Amino acid sequence: MLFLGGLGLGVAQSFGYLPFLPGWHWSLDAYSGLLDDKAVRQSFVLTFRIAFLSTGLAVVVGVGGALLIRSTRRGKRLLSALFQSTLPVPHVVGALAMLLLLSQGGTLSRLTNAVGLTHGSQGFPELAGDRFGWAILAEYVWKEAPFIGVVVLSALSSGVADLEDAARTLGAGPAARLRHVVVPLITPGVLATSILVFAYSFGSYEVPYLLGRPYPATLPVVAYQYYTDVDLNARPVAMAICVVIAVLIASLVALYMLLAERFVRRTA
Amino acid sequence: MIRLLPRWLLAIGLLLPFVPLLVWAGSGQWRYPGVVPQRGSGRGLRLLVDPASDIPQGLLTSLLLGVTVSVIACAVGLCAGRALGLYAFRGKRAVQFLLLAPAIVPGLAVTLGIQVFFLRYRLAGTLPGVVLVQLLPTIPYVTLVLGSAFANFETGYEEQARTLGAGPLRTFWHVTLPVLRPSLIVAAFFAFLISWSEYILTLLIGGGTVKTLPLLLFAYIGSSDQNVAAALALLVVLPPFLLVLVTSRFLTGSQTGAVGFGRL
Repeated sequence: MLFLGGLGLGVAQSFGYLPFLPGWHWSLDAYSGLLDDKAVRQSFVLTFRIAFLSTGLAVVVGVGGALLIRSTRRGKRLLSALFQSTLPVPHVVGALAMLLLLSQGGTLSRLTNAVGLTHGSQGFPELAGDRFGWAILAEYVWKEAPFIGVVVLSALSSGVADLEDAARTLGAGPAARLRHVVVPLITPGVLATSILVFAYSFGSYEVPYLLGRPYPATLPVVAYQYYTDVDLNARPVAMAICVVIAVLIASLVALYMLLAERFVRRTA
Repeated sequence: MIRLLPRWLLAIGLLLPFVPLLVWAGSGQWRYPGVVPQRGSGRGLRLLVDPASDIPQGLLTSLLLGVTVSVIACAVGLCAGRALGLYAFRGKRAVQFLLLAPAIVPGLAVTLGIQVFFLRYRLAGTLPGVVLVQLLPTIPYVTLVLGSAFANFETGYEEQARTLGAGPLRTFWHVTLPVLRPSLIVAAFFAFLISWSEYILTLLIGGGTVKTLPLLLFAYIGSSDQNVAAALALLVVLPPFLLVLVTSRFLTGSQTGAVGFGRL
C-alpha cells in the first residue's frame, strides 16, 4: 500500500500537483521539460550506459568466475569463500573502497607511480569522478558479479556432474558439454539475476553520487538534485524522472516474472 | 602456472578494494607518493568507541532499526507468505507482481513521492517514520522467501497437533515455526541487512536527525577524513560478515534467499 501510495503521489506530483503550495495546477510541463532539459538527456545516456555495461560485465565476470571455481581443484573452498566475500558488503562501503583505490591520489595511483608507470597523481588517469564513470562500473561489477556467480554455482551444484558424465560417455567434447549441458542450466538464473542487477545499477543513488560527477550525473542523482532544489517548481521534474525510472524497472519486473515462470515450467 | 593465472586475477580483483580500507583505517599520515603510510595511528579506530563522537550512538540506532524492521517484516511476512504460499486465490499473480515490484524498483523512485505524506503526519525525522519507510523494501522480500517456504509446507502437521489438543499458539510455536526455521532465518537475516545498508530512504525520511551508520559514513567521506571513514567502513561491514558466517549453512542452496543479495 505504501508502495502504491508513494508511486501514486509521485505520479500526481509529476503532473504538477504540489500540496501545501498555493497556485499549483495540473500540467504535462514536467514531462515535456524532461525532453528539453540537456542535463536530463545526458543523464539518460549516462545511466543507460552504466547500467548496460555493468550488467554485461557482471554477467561475464560472474559466469566466468563461477565456471573457474567449479573447475578448480586445489584451494576451491578458499576461492569460493573469497568470491562470496563481497556479497554482504554495503554499497556505501564498496564505493568508499573504490574511491580510496581508484582516485588520482588512491592506492593504485601510488603503486603505478612507485614502479614508474605513471608520474604523480595528475599523471594517473581520472577514474573516479570522471565523465565515463569507471569507478561506478568497477564498484557494480565487484559487487554484482559474485551475486550472479553464486546463483550460477547453485544452479550447477545438484546432479550436473552426472549429466556431464552422461554427455561425455555419449562422445561430447568439452565445448559441446558447455554448450548443451551447462548453458541451458544456468541461462534462466543468469537472466533473472541480470535483470536485478540492471534494475539496481539503474536506480541506485549512493554509488553514482560518491563516485561520479554532479554533472552529468545518473538519473537518481539528478532526481534528488531537483527534489532538494530551493525552487519548488523543480519538484515535478524530479517526480517525472522517478516515474520514468519506476515504470521502466516495473516492466523489467514483469519480464522477470515471465522468465521465472517459464523456468519453473521447464524444470517441472 | 598459466592455468592458475585467471584464478589469481579473480582473487586479487576481489580482495584489492579491501586493502586501502584496511590500511587507511590504521594510518595517521599517508601523503601522496607513499605506498605505505608515513605514520600509523589508532585515531580512526579509537573514534569508533569514543563516546564524544556520534558513532556509538549511530551504531545503536542502526542496530535498533535493523532488529525492529527485521522483526516487523518477518511478522507481516509470515501472514502474507502463508496466504501466498498455501492458498490459490483470484488475483494472486497481481499480488505477486505488486510484491516483487517494490523489492526491485529503486526505493528513491517511490520515496520522493511519499515524503510529503510523512511530513504531513509528522513522521519525517522520527525513528518510527524510518522504520516504516524501511519496511517498504523489506516486507516484499521477506514475503517472497516465506511464501516459497509455505509452498512446500505440509499443513497436516498443524492439523495433527490441533487434533492432539494443542492450542493455536502452541501449534504455531512447536510445529509451524520449527518447520519454517531455515527460511525464517534467511528472511530475517536479509531484512536486517537491507535495513543496515540503507542510505537514501533513511536520509529522505530521517531528514538527518535519525543518524544511522551509513549516513555517518557518508558524512565522513564528504569531509575527506579518510582515516575515520575507513575505520567506520570496517565497523559497517563487520556485522554483515559475522551474520553471513553464522547463517551460511542456511544460505547455501537457497536460490530465493540469494536473491536478497541483489537488493543490498
